[in-house]
Amino acid sequence: MAADRIYLDHAATTPLRPEVLDAMLPYLTEHHGNPSSLHAAGRRARRGIDEAREAVAAMIGAQPREIVFTAGGTEADNLAIKGFAWAASANGRHIVTSAVEHKAVLNACAVMERSGFAVTYVGVDRYGRVDPADIAAAMGEHTTLVSVMAANNEVGTLQPVAEIGRICRERRVAFHTDAIQAAGQLPLDVDALSATLLSLSAHKLNGPKGVGALFVRRGTALLPQLQGGSQERQRRAGTEDVAGIAGFGRAASLVDLDEVPQLIELRDRLIDALTGLPGVELTGHPTERLPNSASFVIEGIEGGDLVAALDLEGIEASTGSACTSGSTEPSHVLLAMGIDPLLAHGSLRMTLGRDTTPEQIDRTITVTRDVIGRLRSAMAPRPVAASA
Amino acid sequence: MRRIVAAMSGGVDSSVAAAMLAEEARDTGVEVIGVWMRTHADLGEGYELKRSCCSPDALDDARRVAQLLDIPFFVLNLEREFGLHVIDAFADAYLAGATPNPCQACNQYIKFDELLRRGLAAYGADAVATGHYARLEHDGGRWRLLRAADANKDQTYFLWVLSQEQLSHTRFPLGELTKPEVRDRAEALALPTARKPESQEICFVPLGDYRTLLEERRGYAGEPGAIVDADGMRVGTHSGYAHYTVGQRHGLGVALGEAVYVREVRPERNEVVIGSRDEVAASTFVADARSFIAGQPPAERFDASVRIRHRAPDVACEVTLIGHDRFAVETAEPVWAPAPGQAAVLYDGNECLGGGRIARA
Repeated sequence: MAADRIYLDHAATTPLRPEVLDAMLPYLTEHHGNPSSLHAAGRRARRGIDEAREAVAAMIGAQPREIVFTAGGTEADNLAIKGFAWAASANGRHIVTSAVEHKAVLNACAVMERSGFAVTYVGVDRYGRVDPADIAAAMGEHTTLVSVMAANNEVGTLQPVAEIGRICRERRVAFHTDAIQAAGQLPLDVDALSATLLSLSAHKLNGPKGVGALFVRRGTALLPQLQGGSQERQRRAGTEDVAGIAGFGRAASLVDLDEVPQLIELRDRLIDALTGLPGVELTGHPTERLPNSASFVIEGIEGGDLVAALDLEGIEASTGSACTSGSTEPSHVLLAMGIDPLLAHGSLRMTLGRDTTPEQIDRTITVTRDVIGRLRSAMAPRPVAASA
Repeated sequence: MRRIVAAMSGGVDSSVAAAMLAEEARDTGVEVIGVWMRTHADLGEGYELKRSCCSPDALDDARRVAQLLDIPFFVLNLEREFGLHVIDAFADAYLAGATPNPCQACNQYIKFDELLRRGLAAYGADAVATGHYARLEHDGGRWRLLRAADANKDQTYFLWVLSQEQLSHTRFPLGELTKPEVRDRAEALALPTARKPESQEICFVPLGDYRTLLEERRGYAGEPGAIVDADGMRVGTHSGYAHYTVGQRHGLGVALGEAVYVREVRPERNEVVIGSRDEVAASTFVADARSFIAGQPPAERFDASVRIRHRAPDVACEVTLIGHDRFAVETAEPVWAPAPGQAAVLYDGNECLGGGRIARA
């Protein structure tokens, strides 16, 4: 059964690669030590973390000592925003971010607002892109941190982060980028991006869930968000998830950007076919988008119905972010892009992976077309949004 | 039949209904799809309705039952539709001086319309099953709606408005069971919902406080006005006519030496009319928005029994059709406080014939 299923939700999470599992297993079995212990078992576990730190650092052009392992991408974002903003609070209490960030960034910023910080949420164009000039204009003398994601998790749009980073560097303001969706698909170099802080998550690149990392540029002060021991250079207390971190390291070392052209070809095949259907529009930028991401709004249907119907046909897609799927509100990203709220209810996201085949894409196209037709006929009495 | 949608509220009844279908599926191969309907937003912390079918707890329970039954499970978002057809209609009924009937509206517009139509299309199913206590029979080319085997639990009072088309895509797996039997089955299957208490309150009205809802939804704060007796004599002051319903006894603040009840609510004059127990009872009333299960009425004039509120006793009556959508009811003995907005549901023995909405005199 599972073999026949088509998984097109790689932006939510990716399958664990067998090589990654192999790298993890010894740390769940024989290498059981605590990496902070001085004895042989502890030293063996420590070696697993150190090797992983090198691999993750290498993926983004960082020094190993600049990598702080966390329990996931959300924690990395929280540590970046809260940890940096508090540490720099003597210099100013203003944060600039975008309206289309992941909830981990937006909600961390909301907490800072409640603590007396000012936050400016810069808007985006209809493709979901931030204009670097808008970021520059939003920055003031009290701004200490700018946070803009490298690629949007819902609509796949790439942000001009290198340019934003350059502006921040010139103004001597710290720059954080959430690169969780971009990692594994785009070349990432912390120097080219002028990044002060950069968030990563293992399970978006065929690693395990519950493991992430924050790149913290050397010399950057950070207020830890968990109080406890001195792990991770006193930036993230708590005994490390050694197996998870080892898996992250292996996953990072297996990233192969030579696989990207094939992803782009399949992605565009899917986008071309579905946007050829009446009332189906691409969301996000047509070219400046993640290699694996196809996202749409579809007139006259509820996205949740479409995802359920596709699931019963063996195709696993989503309406948007898995992190907000419990909500009935239309996506904040689509609304920020100026998409009509009613139309935004008809969102569909299909995100490809390294195992996605042309045959799967062709079948997805056929089934999606049929299902949209079936759903539209059932929804006919409902109001349909004016075509955008 | 290929697939059937099991509407799952997270309560014991719909859990057992889904379980019965899942059991059947082993023989028939019909795939069961569990669906939980999100009908209104969470009301926020400290405001949560523990027993409501829309609380996060209810969603957790429904999902857990679906996992145990090993059936696919989806959440269907019907918040807008429920807001319009159930919550707004509920508020508007009070503003019109009537007593709302939200469970019927939910069946009519949500479960057997939106869920049925969209569920069938999205899931490629042929029918929807619910945990209602009612029975269906297919007989002589048409569907008949019959009272449940458990007379105490019978819910045909909320189902009279369904059409032949809707009934042809409907299943009521619990129709032959009693509530204790349903609980026993839930226990036997070790369903986490087996011992859940019955939901009683209206799911979207926290703590039964509908006045807040009128204010939030329709800006109705209530303007004090006169409570009058049958002769129009002012006997007290009310807080706003929409805060009162026909048959209400408490909260009137009127001491006349005998028990008094709301007899009529007059929105135009912001007036609440009270009367004695005898004055509130009636032997004749008119209903509109009539609907018959068979698609047409049995005759221009016919004998039946009528029920004017859930769990009220049936009373023998004569029904006379008026125009295209109304009928007059004359009961053999007076019925207690026929309330405008409530359903008058007609029966022939165990068969539900249809009904109408009690109209203002």
